[in-house]
Amino acid sequence: MAERFELRINGTEQAVEADPASPLLGVLRETLGLTGSRFGCGAGLCGACFVLLDGHPVPSCDTPLWAAVGKEVTTVEGLGTPENPHPLQQAFIDEQAMQCGYCVSGILISAAALLEHNADPSEADVREALDRNLCRCGSHNRMVRAVLRAARETRPA
Amino acid sequence: MSATTKAVTLPGSLAANPLLAQWLRFEPGGAVEVSPGKVEIGQGILTVLTQIVVDELDVAPARVRLKAASTAASPNEGVTSGSLSVQHCGIALRHACAEARALFLTAAADKLGVAADALTIEDGIIVGPDNARTSYWELTDQVSLDVPATGEVMPKPTSTRRHTGNSLARVDIPDKVFGRPRYIHDLKLPQMLHGRVLRPQARAASLVALDEEAARASPGFAAIVRDGNFVGVLAETEEAVERCLALLRSRAEWRGGEELPDEATLTDWLKSQPVESKTVDSRRAPSAGSPASRVNRRYSRPFLAHGSIAPSCALAQWANGGVHVWTHSQGIYNLRTDLATVFKLPPEEVVVEHAEGAGCYGHNGADDVALDAALLARAADGRPVRVQWTREDELARAPFGAAMAVEIEAELDEEGEVLRWRHELWSNGHTARPGRGSTPALLAASELAEPFPRVVSTDPPLPAGGSHRNAIPIYDFPAQDIVSHRLLVMPVRVSALRSLGAFANVFAIESFMDELAAERGEDPVAFRLRHLRDPRARAVLEAAAARAGRDSRRRDEGTGYGVALARYKNMGAYCAVAAEVEGEEDIHVRRLVLAVDVGEVINPDGVKNQIEGGAIQATSWTLKEAVRFDRTRITSDNWENYPILKFSEVPAVEVEIVPRPEAPPVGAGEAAQGPVAGAIANAVFDALGVRVRHLPITRDNIIAAMELS
Repeated sequence: MAERFELRINGTEQAVEADPASPLLGVLRETLGLTGSRFGCGAGLCGACFVLLDGHPVPSCDTPLWAAVGKEVTTVEGLGTPENPHPLQQAFIDEQAMQCGYCVSGILISAAALLEHNADPSEADVREALDRNLCRCGSHNRMVRAVLRAARETRPA
Repeated sequence: MSATTKAVTLPGSLAANPLLAQWLRFEPGGAVEVSPGKVEIGQGILTVLTQIVVDELDVAPARVRLKAASTAASPNEGVTSGSLSVQHCGIALRHACAEARALFLTAAADKLGVAADALTIEDGIIVGPDNARTSYWELTDQVSLDVPATGEVMPKPTSTRRHTGNSLARVDIPDKVFGRPRYIHDLKLPQMLHGRVLRPQARAASLVALDEEAARASPGFAAIVRDGNFVGVLAETEEAVERCLALLRSRAEWRGGEELPDEATLTDWLKSQPVESKTVDSRRAPSAGSPASRVNRRYSRPFLAHGSIAPSCALAQWANGGVHVWTHSQGIYNLRTDLATVFKLPPEEVVVEHAEGAGCYGHNGADDVALDAALLARAADGRPVRVQWTREDELARAPFGAAMAVEIEAELDEEGEVLRWRHELWSNGHTARPGRGSTPALLAASELAEPFPRVVSTDPPLPAGGSHRNAIPIYDFPAQDIVSHRLLVMPVRVSALRSLGAFANVFAIESFMDELAAERGEDPVAFRLRHLRDPRARAVLEAAAARAGRDSRRRDEGTGYGVALARYKNMGAYCAVAAEVEGEEDIHVRRLVLAVDVGEVINPDGVKNQIEGGAIQATSWTLKEAVRFDRTRITSDNWENYPILKFSEVPAVEVEIVPRPEAPPVGAGEAAQGPVAGAIANAVFDALGVRVRHLPITRDNIIAAMELS
């Protein structure tokens, strides 16, 4: 049965009415129009739908709405904007780090979580942090370079 | 002298779409609207086309607006496939823009009262002596582009192009990093309903019972569509339709279906089916020596899934007896043909419009889901319907790349030199794309109450070829026979997967070349070079070998090095690969060095991106991938049982472009696949002394190969 929830998404309180068992991804995409998080598999196995829940990357396709209540939800739209891009978004542009780009939202989310707790990751750290995200076009190495670049450019000199 | 009219052959897709206005228009406000018939599939083609247009017209890239391809307005360029977008569309646009530019220069010369060759163009402003100026946009009333191309205007010489050869940033990337709506999945039309299709596990099973009651009572339910074995459901929201689908699935009873081959003996199965056999190439030596020995080896690859990260999606809406479809198909006109056949409509009553999807890597479920959407939308009272496939359908119901068996035999003289080469292959055809015949190739067409027969895949003819793509070796042998056996039965549904037969053929040829070199105790690069006359092929092989630092490499225990080479379709891009691997049971590819020659390079970073991506995807195919099935159904229907290469498993990839600015540009998207498989297999042999001839090179297949040797 539908219930009323207060969610905190990208720093803003949002009221939604939905079944508490609904996947968070559907609420983001369909109810709130935040289509940056992508549907890939519906089983938490590809990473295209990753969002940050209190800073931890989780598959929003596999996260019930009730589990997001009282937590800070960050989607790719919440990372930055064209006017004020997140360093990772800028680095992905600078490195031209994609082909089709469908997996990129989820990868930015995983990378943002990594940089939040490790400002100076090694290449192996980056690969490990992105291992739950699938990319089919083979843009992995460009994305790893972009994450390392973002880390480099945000560290105080 | 008698007057002769010389027939002009217009280049690329301009031949079939000669009107300049089909390609470009100057829009008020200083924009150029460009209307390509090829579509973006993640390969960056929109950016390459932008570069070509701005160079030919001398306008800034920001002025170019690329129109979504639609059968209502765009030139018909067939399918965006085969690494041909630059040859077909890029070259057509280059010539169309050159002709448009010439028309505008003539009009500007008239207006300004100067000679046309005294004019220059600076971001669309046409400038003459004494600062006389006008612009494309000021002259649109004087110049009609509704005229056919003449074929008499030469595009600019290569050296005067400003953007071509430079890496213009991809035009689609900003939307993608900021998560803005861009994909077909993000399209939301007013009053839109959501649809899902219920499909059986066994292919071509019959629906014998369906209890609809629970779904009909579910909140948001709108309609159930049943037509023979085709069953779909519509609801007000995506969540509601998912719920209805689950309710229907648990209350449906299917019976029968096509029996599948035994996975364990797949190559034997391929060799025992009814086939259409063809000798596709045969050369006899002027003086045949008598062979001292024969070497014969069999190689194979399994069925492979396209594995797009996005499940296929389409929207459809009926109005006034016609239907409008939004699709990420690679061929909007071909899809229209099949939709018109299914609905018995004249083609102009079907409008197919392209919207970007995720990478498809060939013919996946994109076209199938478009028919699903159109069938469901018939029950929607004029409301638009959005249908998205499930992950399971995407991995198990979309067409696969065909399994192949390849046998190569060489007759050798006393010195182990090749006297005669024979390459024989068994495979389903590699193409069952829509719009190619009178029978629709779309999945639902065979499920309807009045079903269309299921299409058995065929092969495009050589030189491009299908299952026999790249079956003819690049090497010069005194005599050779190339024979293809195309299966006439197709229990596992297959169609085009990136590089078609080239992947397995090049893997086999390059593995066999390595085996012959090893038998002789000869260096594999030197052995190849001795059989290569084509200087461009030699150049990429030498470049890859040199860059990989083959001779100075340190030989650690359990590491190996291998090379391979091919020219895609024997007429496209040259690509040589040097691979370095490590491991004993689970192989890790440490590094791939690729040298490529794609002729004139429009966008160097775009070429590198395509080659890198192709190399990594091919590494995944080579090491990990196989469609799994039992005798009744495809079992590899999620990412756990169809694993692909992960970030931590991806090799370092280096790409070197061998420059050929004067050679015609060719596509880069499929050049790396075959050589990567060959180079990895050869490196595995170098590391372990085990020749793995059956892909993928997994622990199980390595152990099986060890037992065999």
